[in-house]
Parts: sequence; C-alpha cells; structure tokens
Amino acid sequence: MQKMPKKYYAFFTLPTILAFVISFLIPFLLGIYLSFTKFTTVTNSQWVGVSNYIHAFTDDRNFMNATIFTVKFALVSVVLINVFAFSLALLLTRKIRGTNIFRTVFFMPNLIGGIVLGYIWQLIINGVLIKFGVDITFSADYGFWGLIVLMNWQMAGYMMVIYIAGIQGISPELIEAAKIDGANSWQILRRITIPLVSPAITICTFLTVTNSFKLFDQNLALTAGAPARASSMLALDIFTTFYGSMGYEGVGQAKAVMFFLFVGLIVLLQLRFSRTREIEI
Amino acid sequence: MKAQKNLQDNLTFIFLFILAALILAPMLIVLMNSFKGRFFIADTPFALPNSQTFIGMKNYFSGLAKTGFIQAFWYSLFITVFSVTTIVFFTSMTAWCITRVKSKVSSFLYYLLVFSMIVPFQMVMFTMSKMANIMRLDNPIGIIVIYLGYGAGLSVFIFSGFIKSIPLEIEEAATIDGCTPIQTFFLIVFPILKPIGITVAILNTMWIWNDYLLPYLVIGSNYKTIPIAVQYLQGGYGSRDMGAMMAMLVLAIIPIVLFYFTLQKYIIEGVVAGAVKG
Repeated sequence: MQKMPKKYYAFFTLPTILAFVISFLIPFLLGIYLSFTKFTTVTNSQWVGVSNYIHAFTDDRNFMNATIFTVKFALVSVVLINVFAFSLALLLTRKIRGTNIFRTVFFMPNLIGGIVLGYIWQLIINGVLIKFGVDITFSADYGFWGLIVLMNWQMAGYMMVIYIAGIQGISPELIEAAKIDGANSWQILRRITIPLVSPAITICTFLTVTNSFKLFDQNLALTAGAPARASSMLALDIFTTFYGSMGYEGVGQAKAVMFFLFVGLIVLLQLRFSRTREIEI
Repeated sequence: MKAQKNLQDNLTFIFLFILAALILAPMLIVLMNSFKGRFFIADTPFALPNSQTFIGMKNYFSGLAKTGFIQAFWYSLFITVFSVTTIVFFTSMTAWCITRVKSKVSSFLYYLLVFSMIVPFQMVMFTMSKMANIMRLDNPIGIIVIYLGYGAGLSVFIFSGFIKSIPLEIEEAATIDGCTPIQTFFLIVFPILKPIGITVAILNTMWIWNDYLLPYLVIGSNYKTIPIAVQYLQGGYGSRDMGAMMAMLVLAIIPIVLFYFTLQKYIIEGVVAGAVKG
C-alpha cells in the first residue's frame, strides 16, 4: 500500500505521535533550551549562554569523576560480562543434563529491578566487608567492584541466552568437518565458533556498553554515590545535581545534554563498527 | 574416549550446579534474613535465624505498614498492564502505517522515533515531569500516556522490522476485497503480529514493572509503585529498618519469579528476539 487517505493515516499514527510529542519531543527540545538558562521551574528561565556547561566542569570535580568512573566501569563490565556469559553459553551448549534448568536459573536475575538488586547486594557486600570493619560506603573502590559484581550477576544470564542462540545457529557439519581435518577444540573455538557468533558479540557488546553507561537504579540503591559522591556514575551525578541542591538545575541539564551526546556518540561508533564488520563478513 | 567425555560432562555439571547455587544464594539470603530481628541482619547476614533472632512474620507486618506495599503492588500492576496494552495496541498501528505508506512524513516519523531510543532518560527527566504536571498526566492513568510516548521508539522499531518481512500480497488482497485500512489492519495484520507482539509486551513489562525514576518523578509524591516503596524505606542513612527492608525485597521479588516461571519460554525467546532486532 503506497498511499493511504489522510484520515486513516491520522487514525493510525496520531495517538502514538501525540503521546510521543508530549512525553519525549517537547521535553527533549525544552531540555536543550534550558541547558543554556538558569531556572528553577520552566517558566522562570533566564538565558545564561554556555555558563552552565562551564560550571559543570569548574564548580567541582563531580562531573569529571563521574565520567571517569562511568568509562572505567563500562570497560571492565563489558569485558567481564561478555567473557563470563560466553563461557556459560559454551558450557550450556554441550548437551549435558539439566541444561534447561541452568539456563532458567542463570537468566533469572535479569528480571529483578535495579532498586531491588541494589539492596540485595548491599546486604551481601556489607555482610562480607563488616568482617574487615568497614562497609561499602568506605571507599569508591568498594562501590565500583560492588557494582561490577552486581551487573555481572544481573546481565551475564541475559547475554548468555543471546550467545546460546548464536552458537546453536552454527551448523554442526562445520564442526564435524573441522574435527575430521584434525582441529582440536581450541582451534574449533578460535577459528569457527567465535567468528560465526560475531553478530552476537556485537549485539552483546552494544547492550552491555549502553546499559553500563545509563546505569542508575543499581547505583542509587547500592551506594547512592557514597562516600560523598565518589561512586556516582553519570546518570546519578546528573540526578544529584538536579535535585540535590537548589539553583543547580541549569548545570544539571547541561550535564544531561553532554551525557546524551556521549551516549549518542557511542551508539554511532557502534553502528559504524558493526556495519564495516558485516561488509567484511 | 567415551569415558573421558562422561567425566568432562560430570565435572561441567558439578561446576554449573555450584554456580547456579551461587546465583540463587543472594535471594535466599534475603529470604532468610526477612525472618530475623532488624538488629541481627546487617552485622550477621549469613547466620541462620535462631531462637534469639527469629521473629516470624513481624518484619512483613511492619514493612507493609511502613511502605503501603499492598497499595504499591496494585499501582504497579495497574500501570504495567494498561501501559503495556496501550503500547502494543497503538505502536503496532503506527508501525504498520509508517512502514507501509512510503512517504517523507513516514520516514521522518520513523527516524524521529528511533532517535528517541538513544536519548538517556536524564536528558528529559525534569522537563518530562513538568510536562506531565502541566498536562495533568501526573496520576496512574495519565502516566500511561507518558509510557506510550517514551516507549514508542523501541516498540515501533521492533514492530517495523517484523512488518517489513510480511508479504504485501496478503494486504493487497484484503484491499481488493474491499477492506478499509482499519479493517485490513485489525482483521488481517494484527493477528499476524502476534509473536512479535508478545516480544514487545514482555520487553515493556520488564521495563515498566521495574522502572523507578520515571514514576518517582511523575507520580511519586502521591502514588508509590513497588520500586518507589522499596526505595522509600531507605530513609536517612543508618535509620532504616533492615527487617522491613528484607521483607519488602522478598515481596518485590515474588511476583517477578511467578511471572518468570509461568511465561519462561516466551520471556527468554522474547528477550533474545528483542535484543537481536533492537
């Protein structure tokens, strides 16, 4: 169907588009505008140019710290989650008994919400740390590794099911042929399995990077940024800037715009990377 | 050779079994602590309840009283069910229309919706909650509109990908037989969309049920959903009631576990399909 009368077009698209304009498009454009103003509510904004952007870097080191913390976190969690998930997927595609039950159990943490996860792990981690006379708020390093453990627990099962789907898509004849040619299991893994699941690797890397960057609930519940704001990631730092003290709404909004540009850049890089890979294959 | 394979499989099984136990352990530890007195939790979370620390269901009663958890459960359920239904219904219509009608408006709308997927929530959190306030959408019914608008990007994207793979001839035949576009969509296309509709529904259910910041900012001062009720217990640092917290964590997990075990097959398939397409 190439053409549709206008009234039908409106019937099909208007409800979604209206809701989209109200809850995304206007807030998004208004958000860009407000990042150049000083405001406490939308109606009392005063144009201040780029000073909010300058303040984000010069007022205190929170934003820089949060950026560094987030980038480090994303790098470490991407590697650990994917290695862990891929190893689990390899073990679960060996047709041993109990495979389905294991898959069910490993995937389960992914369904639990970030706030609940954060408090579950706060109990466990503090329970261990108390033996050394400290708790998770003692140092940002504890918060960092706590979040890493938590995210592995939550996301490894999710990435695992994607890898399982990828591994099961490899035709058994290929593996069979390689065995006949005398390849050992390491060579099969390196030369056949990994190249053939590379679309799954791309997807999982992408999902873990974006999820790590946007992490908020888990961060809020596990450490709430403690000590001070040293374990705040970007999303939490923006939230604290906005709602933590009066008069910094503009700075918070400017940080949010930069956060958006940051995430956007990563998505673009990722898309370009996966396109070139697809062409190579 | 055969014996070696058996040994390897058994070792793998034992390893996976230990790992599964480790993965379940945090939840079981929370469950165990929910029956202990509030002062025996933080310091010794790994100790089993004994005659001195065991207090039965008391944490559950105090937690329910402090958080209004039962009310929060109904708000969460109401908002999730109706938002997901609304999203599946309206975004499938939109996706079909802008995929089938090839025009500048269609592709503009499509790219605008897809663009919204990459924008982090913090970018719009303040302005969105103000908009909701001005438009009187700051209540459990109004927030459905917010979820439809904010969730539209991903859902339209997933539906569109599927719709492109449906042969056009089916719809053309319906048009020749005299169907209006509305009849074509609801009688012919919508039933075909069922499998991908389940995927969209599951992804949105997992998102909305667990969502914290959006409902907190939009309706949180008057209506608490489950994540808001749990976070509310946090209070000032140090003053919080660990017993009530443990009990509420257990109550927050139970509905998810039930949901998971009933629809497990669809959930895992849906999440994989959603990830691969999204």
